[in-house]
Amino acid sequence: MEGFEPKIVAFCCKWCSYAAADLAGTSRLKIKPNFVVIRTMCSSRVDPEFILQAFLNGADGVLVAGCHPGDCHYVNGNYKTLRRVMLLKKVLEQLGIDPRRLRLEWIAASESRKFVVTIRKFVDELKQLGPLRLEAGDDNGSNG
Amino acid sequence: MEPRIGVFVCHCGINIASTVDVKRVVEAIKGYPGVVHAEDYVYMCSDPGQELIRSRIKEKKLNGVVVAACSPTLHEATFRNTVSQVGLNPYRCEIANIREHCSWIHTDRDKATEKAIKIVKSIVEKVKLNDELLPISIPITKRALVIGGGIAGIQAALDIANAGYEVILVEKNPSIGGHMAQLSETFPTLDCAQCILTPKMVEVGQHPNIKLYNYAEVEDLSGYVGNFKVKIRLKASYVDWSKCVGCGVCMEKCPTKVPSEFEMGLTTRKAIYVPFPQAVPNKPVIDRENCLYFKTGKCRICEKVCTFGAIKFDEQDEFVEEEVGAIIVATGYELYPIEKIGEYGGGKYKDVINGLQFERLLSASGPTGGGVQRPSDRKVPKRVAFVSCVGSRDPELHKPYCSKVCCMYLTKHAMLYKHRVPDGEPIVFYIDIRSDGKGYEEFVQRAQEEEHVTYIRGKVSKIYEDNGELVLLAVDTLTGEPLEVRVDMVVLGMAIVPSPAVYELAKKLKIQIDANGFLTEAHPKLRPVETLTPGIFLAGCAHAPKDIPDTVAQASAAASKVLEMFSQKELQHDPMVATVDEDRCSGCGVCVTLCPYGAREIEVKDGKRVAKVNEAKCEGCGSCIAGCPAGACQQRNLKDEQLVNMVKAVLE
Ligand code: FES
Repeated sequence: MEGFEPKIVAFCCKWCSYAAADLAGTSRLKIKPNFVVIRTMCSSRVDPEFILQAFLNGADGVLVAGCHPGDCHYVNGNYKTLRRVMLLKKVLEQLGIDPRRLRLEWIAASESRKFVVTIRKFVDELKQLGPLRLEAGDDNGSNG
Repeated sequence: MEPRIGVFVCHCGINIASTVDVKRVVEAIKGYPGVVHAEDYVYMCSDPGQELIRSRIKEKKLNGVVVAACSPTLHEATFRNTVSQVGLNPYRCEIANIREHCSWIHTDRDKATEKAIKIVKSIVEKVKLNDELLPISIPITKRALVIGGGIAGIQAALDIANAGYEVILVEKNPSIGGHMAQLSETFPTLDCAQCILTPKMVEVGQHPNIKLYNYAEVEDLSGYVGNFKVKIRLKASYVDWSKCVGCGVCMEKCPTKVPSEFEMGLTTRKAIYVPFPQAVPNKPVIDRENCLYFKTGKCRICEKVCTFGAIKFDEQDEFVEEEVGAIIVATGYELYPIEKIGEYGGGKYKDVINGLQFERLLSASGPTGGGVQRPSDRKVPKRVAFVSCVGSRDPELHKPYCSKVCCMYLTKHAMLYKHRVPDGEPIVFYIDIRSDGKGYEEFVQRAQEEEHVTYIRGKVSKIYEDNGELVLLAVDTLTGEPLEVRVDMVVLGMAIVPSPAVYELAKKLKIQIDANGFLTEAHPKLRPVETLTPGIFLAGCAHAPKDIPDTVAQASAAASKVLEMFSQKELQHDPMVATVDEDRCSGCGVCVTLCPYGAREIEVKDGKRVAKVNEAKCEGCGSCIAGCPAGACQQRNLKDEQLVNMVKAVLE
């Protein structure tokens, strides 16, 4: 996998994780540009469909980030997110997509460092898994 | 609508331009489908920058705008306002965040530029399908509910009522006044609490705009900002207040004595009682728990002696419903129970009392007429210890926070004790003295230097009784010496805790409380008197321990927030709410269970079950949309199609 740079779509809720990514910028922390953030109001807006579309269109990984449990701006949206992501991970497996390619993280508005570290670790893990090849089945991890 | 989108890329001086090749972004986006114009400028948010956007909208007949600049948190409102000045719907303008999420966090110029292009493309995709929206307007009932009739609730109610709006004030006790009515004199001016409070209580009682429900509790709340419906339980008082003239004969003749709550158990009251002589309203209630008739079926003396026929033993709790537009929660505090402090006797020593009890001993209207006497034998104590931080600042065993007022009121206590007992010896034990208000430090200085109050820096580890005296064990942390101090009486500066009923109330109102049970504000600095639930505000010690000046200031602040709301014709609500495609909706009701705001309902329309959205209640989180199995729900300007197109754009 020499030179492989994974592509990540990061869904961030407006109130916490998007703000954490903003803070990473304001604090001039440095990350590799492997990801692009898409803002939703709450992590619970993220339809499993969007995640599947991301994989279908060439994403190697998808990050869903929301407020910590109990801190969701909309009372309990992130618990719904948690259930949906868990379920989707099972489905991904059946579709031959390594569930590690989908990550759920709670990142508070103040946790700019956690945002950076999350992306960094995700990039490293995806580098090990290699590019997602849908037709061939996603077993890059083992022979990668 | 055929998209005619203009993209405006900002350099932000060198903040963006040093890492992102702005010219390249402009070139790359020029040919993108839907984009008819692209250009860059050094500071897009400046006046000339905004003017540039405005003139291009007119020249190029743009029907959508993307500003590639800093985070939307900063200038989304600015640029939406800019475009609306030339007639473009503000919701047709979006921000591509290429500063915080790109130029500031990346170093490789080439890759950062590529990423910026992707970000811009995704936002162009979003704008293409953005609808022209108008804020949703909601009517407002211009009447406020204030819960709690202590100084916070009184101040808030008066401010709103004096501005010309009706106020419903609900107080759980028979009288308003709260804990402030129990205080003797107040720091740092030593003016008498009753003298400054009772006129305000009277004003509340007589105010034509205030409807007071005393001895009442909030039972239930429904509705939403501007349009709440509140159900109030009027507890049975067993006295017909419309007949009662407040002569007091019933209280005189009642044979049952119980410890008086108002006097902190230092004396008794009757089973039919007015909590204190200056009570507002000055009408008695029968305490059902202790009334002899309710306990044994015999007595009814009060009924016999009442010449007005005001006693009603068969009275039941009643319920009333009121419609209000805004709510202020001011439910106040209690003292942490002494029973929890085992090392100080846990309540078994009669002469170890709390601060409110000492207030009653100092008060001219208190059980001793203001003469300091110790509870056990009514002797005048010659040495009194005042202990601060009891239960406060103790994260291991009790409460982690500072109760804010104890340093000051114990200083006041020591001083007032000295005034009443000139040859007495007050000793204050403290950890450190927090005297951060106006005139507070000077007050403490005065106690130490002019009034000769002894201050010992050290926490008291144990209190026990020995030979009619109380012994305090402590270490003087300034000298390192262990101390054993013998006194006649001890006053404890107990931690302030939220009123216990607040937990249930918070659930009914759907507002948040913190780990210590205090109400949570929407933002600690910028929205200190709002809760996260629109239309519900907070004031006083229900929010955190605070002194009277801060409480009054906060109550006035909460009132002014309510008045700000009431000064508008209608409320404006973000239009990015959920929508339903009724043809697709199967009426399954999943959305109803997912919605945390009760904004979704199932309605039967032409014999078919369909889901509805209450736009005033919908906060636009989108969780019902992602959960709809039929794909019948969408969020305005954040439709599935938009999000999928955005995903595709960033992966191209
Ligand atoms: S708002 Fe952040 S997860 Fe709901």
